[in-house]
Amino acid sequence: MIGPFVETGLLSPAAGLVMAILIGFAFGWFLEQGGLGNARKLAGQFYLTDLTVFKVMFSAIVTAALGLFWFGRLGVIDPALLYVPVTYVLPQLAGGVVFGLGFVMGGLCPGTSCVAASTGRIDGLALMAGMLFGVLGFNELYPVIASFYSSTPMGAATVPDLLGIPTGNALFLLTVIAIAAFVVGHRIERRLRGLTSKRG
Amino acid sequence: MSDRRSGRPYMDPYLAGVGIGCVLLAAFVVMGHGLGASGAFSSVVASGVALADSARAASNDAYAGYLPGGPASVFRDWFVLEVAGVFLGGMASALLAGRFRRAVDRGPRISSRARLVYAFGGGAVMGLGAKLARGCTSGLALTGGAVFSVGSWIFIAGAFGAGYLFAPLFRRQWL
Repeated sequence: MIGPFVETGLLSPAAGLVMAILIGFAFGWFLEQGGLGNARKLAGQFYLTDLTVFKVMFSAIVTAALGLFWFGRLGVIDPALLYVPVTYVLPQLAGGVVFGLGFVMGGLCPGTSCVAASTGRIDGLALMAGMLFGVLGFNELYPVIASFYSSTPMGAATVPDLLGIPTGNALFLLTVIAIAAFVVGHRIERRLRGLTSKRG
Repeated sequence: MSDRRSGRPYMDPYLAGVGIGCVLLAAFVVMGHGLGASGAFSSVVASGVALADSARAASNDAYAGYLPGGPASVFRDWFVLEVAGVFLGGMASALLAGRFRRAVDRGPRISSRARLVYAFGGGAVMGLGAKLARGCTSGLALTGGAVFSVGSWIFIAGAFGAGYLFAPLFRRQWL
């Protein structure tokens, strides 16, 4: 077991902060390369005119999940040291719904708004300002909503634990679902292209 | 979509996705945690409030959690530095591909000013949602999705479900 480097002491926390800039740089690079700094392209996901968000996100999740699984198997990382975002069922469902409303209204998410802003898009800057305002609003309301915020906790629950199957099986299922969804996505795109070319 | 002024075409989305997946994997191998974005906004807000009114920040856990080292915490926050990197990486990529452009991305039927109002409003709504859910598309959906977090997949279902549900309300803005 050699990783995660900062957790096993192979790398100091200070070096981790330098890595933050490098990792962020690569993240921003690929987001821009994929076209995710463009609000119209992102919003197209919700009108099925552009499925880039879906393709990028799903292939990123599957790539990372496969990598984590095999790195764990090969002893490159200790899976027990990986941080799993904690589950709070109702707050995360409600938060997701509120987030989705903001997403289709603003056309960018918090990360992609930074890419939009850094590539000259003024709407990216406006969305970032809105985010700061929304976070401030939540924090000011926090004492009132703290009990709901902490309700229905499940700790670091994972889907394979919940289904009672090994992680490898869940990974296989995820990969099959992703491939099937990509195929369906291409059908949708072909049909829409057919419609627009008939119209135009 | 392919306007001559808009620079070189984008990378294949699957390739970009695999690239982001590898970056996410690298974050886990190096740090033991994934990527994020909304956390950086939380850190900036917490440090700002702590500077303006330290008693207010100290008495509210929503701020205090982001202030392990007082108002200067923002400069040592991993996610703030990561997002600074996202800025630089996005800018470098756009400049090299000829896609850097001072513009407001919007549909053909809406004014720039109205689009900016919607962007600010959408950001504010998303700020509330991301705080309530404990993360956004990067830190919760992408990162937690890859480690099969139950809450992450609940968030993905809620966010995309709501996106499609509310999309007709904003159609004029985009199409």
